[in-house]
Amino acid sequence: MSKSIFKISPGFADIMPAEYRELVEQGPYEKSVGFSDLGTFKELLEEHPLCAGCGLALSLRLILASLPNPVDTIIVGSTGCNSLAFPQVAVHNIHSLFGNQNAVASGLKRALKLRYPEKAKDVVVIAGDGATADIGLDMVMQSWFRRENITTIMLDNEAYANTGGQESGMSPEGTVLNMAPTGKKFPKISLPEIARESGCDYAAAVSPARPGRLEKMVRRSILVAREIGPTYLQVFCPCPTNYKFKPEETIERIKKREKDGTYQIREYISPAARELLTRLEEKTSDE
Amino acid sequence: MSAKLYRVQAGPEGYLPPAAASMGVMLPEEGESLVEGRIVPEEEAMQKIAEKILAAQNPVFFPGPLILWAWKEGVAEKAKAVKELAESAGAKIIPMPDYRPKYPMINPAEEINPNHPNLTIWHNKIDVCVFVGVHCHYANVALKIIRGGTDCYTIALCGEAGHEDAMITLRDAGLVKIRELTEIVSQMKGGA
Repeated sequence: MSKSIFKISPGFADIMPAEYRELVEQGPYEKSVGFSDLGTFKELLEEHPLCAGCGLALSLRLILASLPNPVDTIIVGSTGCNSLAFPQVAVHNIHSLFGNQNAVASGLKRALKLRYPEKAKDVVVIAGDGATADIGLDMVMQSWFRRENITTIMLDNEAYANTGGQESGMSPEGTVLNMAPTGKKFPKISLPEIARESGCDYAAAVSPARPGRLEKMVRRSILVAREIGPTYLQVFCPCPTNYKFKPEETIERIKKREKDGTYQIREYISPAARELLTRLEEKTSDE
Repeated sequence: MSAKLYRVQAGPEGYLPPAAASMGVMLPEEGESLVEGRIVPEEEAMQKIAEKILAAQNPVFFPGPLILWAWKEGVAEKAKAVKELAESAGAKIIPMPDYRPKYPMINPAEEINPNHPNLTIWHNKIDVCVFVGVHCHYANVALKIIRGGTDCYTIALCGEAGHEDAMITLRDAGLVKIRELTEIVSQMKGGA
């Protein structure tokens, strides 16, 4: 696709909602923008129905601002809090059945390769921890084993948040939630390691408390998936509603968890992916 | 209700009305149209469309993405013709720029989406609406929801084979037919 098709038919500009006019005039399509440019361009997500202080909403906003090529990106989502925000996102996106997201993304990527052999179409899965690490883990891991060229981004809020607060595989051991009153009995799943061992060429964990790193990791995970193989990025998105802290404490909470080592920022890059990224990042710094 | 007796008429028909196709309503052949589930000659349908729009208290055109975005050659010309038709009929235009199921964030005063079209119909008290330039699968969903939950009379000007779920549908509605319809509306207005 090219931005040239985002032209409002003559005579209809005055009746188009302001959101669309602004997307045409000031959207991020075919521009080199990132999180540090927020406020200077029309964002792909500006309104959403998520709770105040939602770490997931902040992460989603930063992820969307970091997409290397939003015009040719298709996002595949799944059931969860984030799926409430996707209807407002101005990028092609598909809502799949709970847990099916990586299977849908695999088929989509293969179809796009056949349909547009000359064009790089980025298929990015963005789903919650329930869809990625619990209900959809089979589809997620099988897509990695098959070495599908897709990016999997998990928005990790450590709970099933919009169904009243059940523990997920990503909740830390001992977590007490509304629907997990006796506390979780086993540790948080270490999905970055599983991703690495399952064949991902890039596996990383980050948080929105470090927007610069998050942007870099989003871009890396997409560029490696485009050229080399499957990638996984885990983004910590604490949930004030279910973990019962004040909305303004989200970033503080992330920093505390990073400091005490219960949420670690990490990055694994395979040799083939490192070679690609070195080449691409050198090229970018030369420009 | 027997499939043979089913007529596609203004609702509210109730939650989950049947797809007209499942009740035996067939799409028209070339040169034909559907009026309330019955096959009629195209000329008759065009007259009926003009009558319905001109008799309405608040007729509104809902142009979809195929018209609103100049995505290929010829679209701008057709869009201009649609706008002229709406203007000559004294109808308002509320756009359907894409198919995002924006909810509850949609502003029903200024846009419509196919997943909750009833919100826009109710908010603006629309009694006749005209779909044009909406991809068929989304048009069918929206037309069925409108029939289920509102008393709005639906008309679909379709560039392809038409829509069984609209009360009146014109098929192959390209530039020529849109202009022809504008002419009929203007004549009918002049004669009124």
